[in-house]
Amino acid sequence: MIKKFFTLVTILLFALMVLPLIRQMVPFQELAPVAAAYAEHGPDELGAANLVTSVIVTYRGLDTLGEVTVLFIATAGVGFLLRRDEEDAAESAHSPRKASELLCSGSMLLFPLLMLFGVYIFLHGHLTPGGGFQGGVVIASAFLLLMLARVSFHLNHSVISFVESISGFAYVVIGVLGIFLAAGFLDNRILPLGEFGSLLSAGAIPLIYSLVGLKVGTELTNVIDTMKMKSAHPDESTSDHCPREEEV
Amino acid sequence: MSVIIIGIFGAMMIGAAIFAVYSRSILSAIISSGVISLLASIIYILLAAPDVAMTEAAIGSGLTTVVFLLALRRIYAYAGAADGGSAGHDAAGAQNTAGVRSAEEAIDD
Repeated sequence: MIKKFFTLVTILLFALMVLPLIRQMVPFQELAPVAAAYAEHGPDELGAANLVTSVIVTYRGLDTLGEVTVLFIATAGVGFLLRRDEEDAAESAHSPRKASELLCSGSMLLFPLLMLFGVYIFLHGHLTPGGGFQGGVVIASAFLLLMLARVSFHLNHSVISFVESISGFAYVVIGVLGIFLAAGFLDNRILPLGEFGSLLSAGAIPLIYSLVGLKVGTELTNVIDTMKMKSAHPDESTSDHCPREEEV
Repeated sequence: MSVIIIGIFGAMMIGAAIFAVYSRSILSAIISSGVISLLASIIYILLAAPDVAMTEAAIGSGLTTVVFLLALRRIYAYAGAADGGSAGHDAAGAQNTAGVRSAEEAIDD
């Protein structure tokens, strides 16, 4: 009772603290100087139709590299903490239920479309909303669907870690190339800017966002694969095929 | 007009958050926290921030919910293995839900 009272008092005090800020808030009538400079010079300087992308990938590219690093460390932490030994997996795993017809057929239909959509999102990051992170998550969700539909689905970890390390390494290499060939680290003008608004434009931005998309996609797929329960006996499980195929 | 719509979605978010806290079932709480992210992404679209909205919808309501659900299933499986795991899967799940709840209540008090 007393505890609940204190909780209530704390919430009320917090509300009292925040309320004046809300009341005094005046909506910005014009952009802050830095933002105005980005909005004014961004399209001409970097050639990206999506201004948000030119800020994320180039003007604030170092922050994005930091975000990718944070995600990498988080993935490594999940993989390290949730790593399971063989006997441990055999002990606690129960034979998983077979996926329903609906899920199987749906996953077969949706998996290629989701992969295509994810690749589209990160390839068009400089033209339309979205980019490497969003596209990567869509790709990871495609793999999640596959894992849900096929119980004995196993990731090829060597391919996953190869793609992830290569894309992370290439991202940094492109950033360093910017120091020598253009104005600074992660500058996108190491490649020709091209025609404004076309797919192959905005210098290195499509390349960088494709690498980020691949890296995020493989990392999150790896996280989901680590989190999901390993089936106890992958060899003898017949549920790799969808029920429809077995009935025929 | 847009302010009213955003206000309605914000109120729904607060409602979903309260439901997530007070819900008896952990599963409903997880789904409800996914709904909060979905509503937040709608608000971002109304505020003309489609990039943020995509991230919020994909990560907040998609991936985070899935990771929570997978973690919940792992917790059930570990508790089931500790119990001996002879009971049926659903029954074991129900028992473990009770177990997790009582543990939560113990922590709460």
